[in-house]
Amino acid sequence: MTPSLHLWLIPALPLAGFLINGLFGRRLSRRAVTAVALTAVALSFLWTLRVFAAAYGSTEPHVERYFTWIQSGALDVAFSFYLDRLTLVMLLVVTGVGAIIHIYSAGYMAGEGGYYRFFAFLNLFLFFMLLLVLASSFLLLFVGWEGVGLSSYLLIGFWFRRASAAAAGNKAFLVNRIGDFGFSLGMFLMFVTFGSLDFTTVFARAPGAPAATLTAIALLLLVGAAGKSAQLPLYVWLPDAMEGPTPVSALIHAATMVTAGVYLVARAAPIFSLSPQAMDVVAGIGLLTAFFAATIGLLQTDIKKVLAYSTISQLGYMFLACGVGAFSAGIFHLVTHAFFKALLFLAAGSVIHSLAGEQDLRRMGGLASRIPRTHVTFLIGALAIAGVPPLAGFFSKDEILAHAFERSPALFALGALTAFLTAFYVFRAFFLAFRGESRVDPSVHVHESPPVMTVPLALLALLSVAGGCIGSPAVARALGLAPLGEWLGPVFGSAARPLTVAHSTELALMGLSVLAGLAGIALAYFMYIARPDLGPRLAAAAGGLYRAVHRKYFVDEIYGAVLVRPVLLLSTFFLWRILDVAVIDGAVNGFGRHWAGTGEVLRHIQSGNLRSYAGWVVLGAIAAIAFLGLVVRP
Amino acid sequence: MVPLSWYLVLSAVLFALGVAGFLFKRNIITIFMSIELMLNAVNLSFVAFAYHWRQIGGHIFVFFVIVVAAAEAAVGLAIIIAIFRSRRTLNVDDLETLKL
Repeated sequence: MTPSLHLWLIPALPLAGFLINGLFGRRLSRRAVTAVALTAVALSFLWTLRVFAAAYGSTEPHVERYFTWIQSGALDVAFSFYLDRLTLVMLLVVTGVGAIIHIYSAGYMAGEGGYYRFFAFLNLFLFFMLLLVLASSFLLLFVGWEGVGLSSYLLIGFWFRRASAAAAGNKAFLVNRIGDFGFSLGMFLMFVTFGSLDFTTVFARAPGAPAATLTAIALLLLVGAAGKSAQLPLYVWLPDAMEGPTPVSALIHAATMVTAGVYLVARAAPIFSLSPQAMDVVAGIGLLTAFFAATIGLLQTDIKKVLAYSTISQLGYMFLACGVGAFSAGIFHLVTHAFFKALLFLAAGSVIHSLAGEQDLRRMGGLASRIPRTHVTFLIGALAIAGVPPLAGFFSKDEILAHAFERSPALFALGALTAFLTAFYVFRAFFLAFRGESRVDPSVHVHESPPVMTVPLALLALLSVAGGCIGSPAVARALGLAPLGEWLGPVFGSAARPLTVAHSTELALMGLSVLAGLAGIALAYFMYIARPDLGPRLAAAAGGLYRAVHRKYFVDEIYGAVLVRPVLLLSTFFLWRILDVAVIDGAVNGFGRHWAGTGEVLRHIQSGNLRSYAGWVVLGAIAAIAFLGLVVRP
Repeated sequence: MVPLSWYLVLSAVLFALGVAGFLFKRNIITIFMSIELMLNAVNLSFVAFAYHWRQIGGHIFVFFVIVVAAAEAAVGLAIIIAIFRSRRTLNVDDLETLKL
């Protein structure tokens, strides 16, 4: 029995922050609200560091059981936390990036109403996210899963007076319901098959289950993961989620919550790896999403939407990694992506802040010299996502692509093409925002963001530059650390497929993907700086294709016509007008009318006349005596 | 020796007179007296049974009833006076506020 690490402290601190700010925040000063929220997250991060130091070396999972949560027949779910190296990585990302974004938010939200509400929700989100990561059973994980969905809904609709924000929140919630439905079915099937929902028990019994059942469980879990991580065909909610404040986009819709799906697949690796079909589906969906979202990102004009599609695309990479058995590569990319995508979002937020709310790339330009710190940090983030060595994105993306190549060169080809597109769209956004002629409205006073926002940017930039070291075997060994992939090895065990391609091939692949990234950057430079007239001409030449991509392949319209409208019609003309109004209301109102009629007759007895009451008493007494004497009779 | 049945018949007649008075009189005082008549009709049958069966319980019950009746008279008359002061009438048919 290892000594208790008091893991409960990690989620409990943000929960306490949520309760204090949520209940009393209205009466506290802004300074106090900020102090409470930031202290909660900072302490949580420090405790995570302590836990990390204590558990760094151990290969066995550490389980802390607190109490029995549900006991019903064969179902026995404990409220317990499960800590292994995968959990540690996630904990560090969630609390670390979470703490940085909290600091940034204090500056970004300074002028906003509902300040305490924002921080209360942000802390609530962290609580649920940490619960999700620490859970020791699928059911407890599901509680966190739903909780982060709720916080996401609350924060997307933070500016609830704006109809589009409220609608985006609804959309996110409803689309996620579809995924959660799959997740629930997966859990039911898991319980029927294994008789437990506990990680340890399920994974120990998984090899004995029939292959078809395992495939079904894995695919149902994948439906849940695709909903949460915005993969095809359930990605539609994430771009709309950009209606929320930018720190929310950075924390929830880039760095942490949307990676929960990847975490779920990695966590359930022992199940997935037993079903080659499910693995192929994971890889296929991941790669298709990565490519598809990258093409949509090419033509978006809203800086946050570009980053949103980029997030979907990068999540696709992580799914691709899991699908080809490179779980630790997927988690590595999750970590580096959390750094550079949070950086890009926060830098974009800083741009928006400095332009007094402008998000349209067509009304930016030439900002490099006017907001230099934001410019440099955004550039670092862009280089990192484009896979330029030696920044973080380079290492993780290369590891994924090498694994993909081993599975099939076709996967690598499409992955490298996506890397090219990624570099192109992110540098398109960069050039449009920071270089070239200024297209900013002259009445806007452009100003650099305060240090409370630029310092977090610098921290994330540092992580985006150096974050790759933890995963690259050569660099990590030189620093005296275990490379992430090797370190995560015991978590995935036999589920992970080791990389067997020759070193020379690996280097060649590396060169190819770096070349793809550089080509993307060069093309973006050529099209938006060197020859800005080229874009419209190309668009005119492409015609229909351009329109389709520009309108996001009409996916929202198709979903609307195929799914939303029939449901709406069914609801209106059957469920509402017939079932609800005629049947249910009819039955309820019918009962009401019946008893009202009875009362109408009986009310005449109550006249208020004392003597008539006495008469009724006498009649009653006579009736009782008659009953006793004639019917009962001793 | 008067047989038990005579007492019971007398008790029943007195009780019936009390009920009739309660139902048909309109003056509250009369109604109140009718109630006392019913109580005492019951007392009479209690005493008669107690004597007949040589049981002390009936006598004890009668004392309780008398005490309760005295208390009731005190409270009831006070209520009647209060009603008269506010309504200037003792006719029960004019007092219909019971249905509120």
